[in-house]
Amino acid sequence: MKPFTYERAKTPAEAAAAVARQPGAKFLAGGTNLLDLMKLEIETPRHLVDVQDLKLDRIEPTSDGGLRIGALVTNTKLAADTRVRRDYGVLTRAIVAGASGQLRNKATTAGNLLQRTRCPYFYDPNMPCNKRKPGSGCAAIGGYSRQLAVIGSSDHCIATYPGDMAVAMRVLDATVETVKADGTTRAIPIADFHRLPGDTPHLDNNLEAGELITAVTLPRPIGGTHHYEKVRDRASYAFALVSVAAIIQKDGSGRVAFGGVAHKPWRVEAADDVMTQGAAAVTAKAFADARPTDDNAFKIPLATRALAATIAEGRSA
Amino acid sequence: MKFDTPAGTNPIDQEKVVGKPHPRIEGPLKTTGRAVYSYENHEAAPDAAYGYVVGSAIAKGRISSMDVREAKAAPGVLAIVTADNAGPIKKQGFYVAKPLAGPEIEHYHQAIALVVAETFEQARHAASLIRVDYARGQGAFDLAAARGGAKPHRRRPDIRIGDFDKAFSSAPVKVDATYTTPDHSHMMLEPHATIARWDGDQLTIWSAQQIIGWARRDLGNKLSIPQDKIRIVATYIGGGFGGKGSVCSDAILAALGARAVGRAVKVALPRPLMPNNTSHRPATIQRVRLAAGRDGKLVAVGHETLSGNLPGGGPEIAAAQTQLLYAGANRLNLTRLATLDLPEGNAMRAPGEASGLMALEIAMDELAEKLGMDPVELRILNDTQVVPGDPGRGSPTDPQSASGNQGKAEEAPLPFSIRQFIPCLRTGAERFGWKQRSPKPGSRREGRWLIGMGMASAIRGAPIMPAGGRVTLDAKGIVTVESNMTDMGTGSYTIIGQTVAEMMGLPLDRVVVKLADSDFPEAFGGGGQGGAASATAGAYAACMKLREAVATKLGFNSADAKFVGGEVRAGNRRAPLAQAAKDGAITAEDKMEYGDLSKRFEQQTFGAHFCEVAVDAYTGEIRIRRMLAVCAAGRILNPITARSQVIGGMVGGAGAALMEELAVDKRFGFFVNHDLAGYEVPVHADIPHQEVIFLEETDPTMSPVKAKGVGELGISGVAPAIANAVYNATGVRVREYPITLDKHLAKLPEIV
Ligand SMILES: Cc1cc2nc3c(=O)[nH]c(=O)nc-3n(C[C@H](O)[C@H](O)[C@H](O)COP(=O)(O)OP(=O)(O)OC[C@H]3O[C@@H](n4cnc5c(N)ncnc54)[C@H](O)[C@@H]3O)c2cc1C
Ligand code: SF4
Repeated sequence: MKPFTYERAKTPAEAAAAVARQPGAKFLAGGTNLLDLMKLEIETPRHLVDVQDLKLDRIEPTSDGGLRIGALVTNTKLAADTRVRRDYGVLTRAIVAGASGQLRNKATTAGNLLQRTRCPYFYDPNMPCNKRKPGSGCAAIGGYSRQLAVIGSSDHCIATYPGDMAVAMRVLDATVETVKADGTTRAIPIADFHRLPGDTPHLDNNLEAGELITAVTLPRPIGGTHHYEKVRDRASYAFALVSVAAIIQKDGSGRVAFGGVAHKPWRVEAADDVMTQGAAAVTAKAFADARPTDDNAFKIPLATRALAATIAEGRSA
Repeated sequence: MKFDTPAGTNPIDQEKVVGKPHPRIEGPLKTTGRAVYSYENHEAAPDAAYGYVVGSAIAKGRISSMDVREAKAAPGVLAIVTADNAGPIKKQGFYVAKPLAGPEIEHYHQAIALVVAETFEQARHAASLIRVDYARGQGAFDLAAARGGAKPHRRRPDIRIGDFDKAFSSAPVKVDATYTTPDHSHMMLEPHATIARWDGDQLTIWSAQQIIGWARRDLGNKLSIPQDKIRIVATYIGGGFGGKGSVCSDAILAALGARAVGRAVKVALPRPLMPNNTSHRPATIQRVRLAAGRDGKLVAVGHETLSGNLPGGGPEIAAAQTQLLYAGANRLNLTRLATLDLPEGNAMRAPGEASGLMALEIAMDELAEKLGMDPVELRILNDTQVVPGDPGRGSPTDPQSASGNQGKAEEAPLPFSIRQFIPCLRTGAERFGWKQRSPKPGSRREGRWLIGMGMASAIRGAPIMPAGGRVTLDAKGIVTVESNMTDMGTGSYTIIGQTVAEMMGLPLDRVVVKLADSDFPEAFGGGGQGGAASATAGAYAACMKLREAVATKLGFNSADAKFVGGEVRAGNRRAPLAQAAKDGAITAEDKMEYGDLSKRFEQQTFGAHFCEVAVDAYTGEIRIRRMLAVCAAGRILNPITARSQVIGGMVGGAGAALMEELAVDKRFGFFVNHDLAGYEVPVHADIPHQEVIFLEETDPTMSPVKAKGVGELGISGVAPAIANAVYNATGVRVREYPITLDKHLAKLPEIV
């Protein structure tokens, strides 16, 4: 771990300014991802701005009937919130499918959105990795890629976004609210929040330097049955090989986003349109441009089958 | 004390304390955090400096230059140990890879430096400042591709009995299949960790070591230190599974670091370094050929296994147990070893059997199906009470078989000392409800889930090593036993205490057990499931001497004296045990040594594993529903600690069946998933229900205690039982472990 300095910010604007001011500064929330990466010197911030005092830990109704989730709301609190459980069940299901109880107690909404990939080569500083060290190459291509992306990848990076919560947020059309160092705010649709790797895989998302997430808002509930199907080798405490977040309406229409398959939660709106035609029709559209490796080609039929299970569950619900 | 004829009745047979379900005596210390593990021994080394190990970034080649200047100048840094300043390190001992590389690199993450600093953080940071240039060499990292150069190995000569080829080709029913098992990591909870301290030329290490004697021998030999100048202490060990078989880089480098800075140094291997820096269970490619008559009797039994290792390393002896498990006149048993430049392969829980049964026991399931026979019945039909043919095998599956205590060539037919294999199978089938299994795969469904049942046989050698003990009776009537046996969480403290209590006629709470210190009498250690049997026999020998001394002191004829209820009794005379020590403590020391019983009898443990699984018909995810093990493993010294060994083994078997695999990157030559996020082991949710049954058994050919080990039997046969259950659920046979959903997904029932 590289030596670093530390401060605790009082207001969101102050926190954003503090990070923008110092090159190499980062926000620290629950620390469950950042600190691990710092120990391995994959992240090497020189200054940490702790955001825990920013009072962004509330879940409140919005004026248009949705919910605003403060950036520092823990995963445990968010998953347990009665409004979330009632109206946004997919979100609760996705969160509790992730990590462990202890981690969810620490993990925050913003930190979870920003968790970095679990590509094993990213985690080994001896290996070339364009995400960790731009221009060094990608060891995963041609290597062990069972967990990695099947779609939206590039010749520079085939990593996935590994999280669960954001996949549910994607299917809910959430919006990420931020404040920048100059005090201006913006609202970024979740679809535009995470990036594809392209030739800049070191950038996971579209936040600017020093831009602080203040909240995630959910639009008014859309009803339907809510599902989160997380497929993994062991029964718990593992990242998804493939996950399916789906909301299915009585008439069989619905929406679906996939996790564990791309550098961002993967949703193709044109695929949603054919939900009534069944899982194979949906994944044919959602994965039309897939370019899996030999190791992970199974993820595409797996996505179809996991979605089929979800649809069957929706029907019997 | 020499043990050379089968034991008769002796004090252990009373089973007043031995055989009783005593919770482990050090348990409260562990659950309350008061058990001091090696790395945390602040009392031994209050001002220890911290060492951080730097691993090689390449798998094979040379260090062309190393610049440590920046690291050395970093805050807090006290010394940097590299091959340049470490002095000679000899290449001998249990592990063949060098604990400190340079300039030559033998494998990925091989240690190339130890940075010693005032704090852990300073050492770790400075480690990242060392600049190394490498000249990458060509290495062999692909086991299948290295097959051409594979050779037999002296530890396991080829066996050809009868005319295998003819018998196999002319038999009416046969199986010929190839199975693969991947490299496995021990991944015990406590990493390799050591504190080293020099007092003049005397070196003490507090180190997580399974076998104190080997640790001392290898540390001495590698660093050219006389053994009497070395003390090893391993009071508590947080698991080992074979991965702490002798000194690794942590211990060697802590010793060198401490010498360099003139102060105690502590070193723990970071989790991501462990799989590549230390040893692992090597991958195998196994071909099994079984042929039977229509009646199910085996006529040809062929098992060929291939594994790889660094030059000088040994093979995974995965075919040996096949010679002992089933009858059959024509046999072929071949072990091949290829040279690889991956990290060193070495002992891991049930080396040999665990991997070998993963192949053999699927093949038996396949044969049963071809025969239209029940898999349990097929195994019963092919039982044998003598070793089929005589390979002159000793106990080849144990790395410690080189200890000289093992058998050599013997005239056939060699009998088993005791073989309750059929009772294991029958009891298991009965208790598991095996009758409910449908012989037709893929025919039982509950909602989303395809349900299947499977079983497999278990066999594991029962080695016993010469071991000593020292017992002291004090004036309060407390007996303290000392032995350099270790306890990795296995229950050694408790069973040795029980043995002594039984022998001295005391309750367990009047016995103090001190283990795992090279100042105590040599007792082998924890490995090859030989520890329990060996160390308790050593304690028995010492207690026999103490009984004699006590009897003499109290004026009893030692032959008549009975030790019961804290007293010594003979005729109508009785005296408190403590009275013997009223003028001073009495100490007795002895060692159990062995004649040739292990050559006259084949000593093995047997078992049967049963498992029920559910496979998600949509996603192919496999979830275990329940597991049962039936074990016949000599006297069960303590059913609680023995059960805990077996269920732990079953968890290991579940991991081997369903998820554990060190993924090899054949370009860079390393195990890619080298932490606990990437190398998945079972979590609680994977293990819903386990049951263990021990059959009544005593084996008088082992020792007066009549006990064997059970910890490695617990894993042997588990993985194939699960594999067979998965097949029974799905009808899709997977022969490449681990059985992950991607391997059967495409063949699962169509979904609508
Ligand atoms: C063993 C393990 C298993 C896990 N399993 C899963 C799993 O199955 N599924 C899953 O989804 N996740 C899993 N996780 C990931 C876990 O969900 C994340 O580590 C956690 O959500 C991160 O939240 P945090 O608050 O601790 O973030 P931190 O570690 O504090 O921060 C993460 C990143 O976010 C930035 N950041 C934090 N707050 C803000 C803010 N307000 N604005 C801008 N930037 C900010 C930080 O600078 C940092 O770069 C696992 C983690 C571990 C360690
Ligand atoms: S896939 Fe991406 S994260 Fe993984 S090694 Fe390649 S560049 Fe790095």
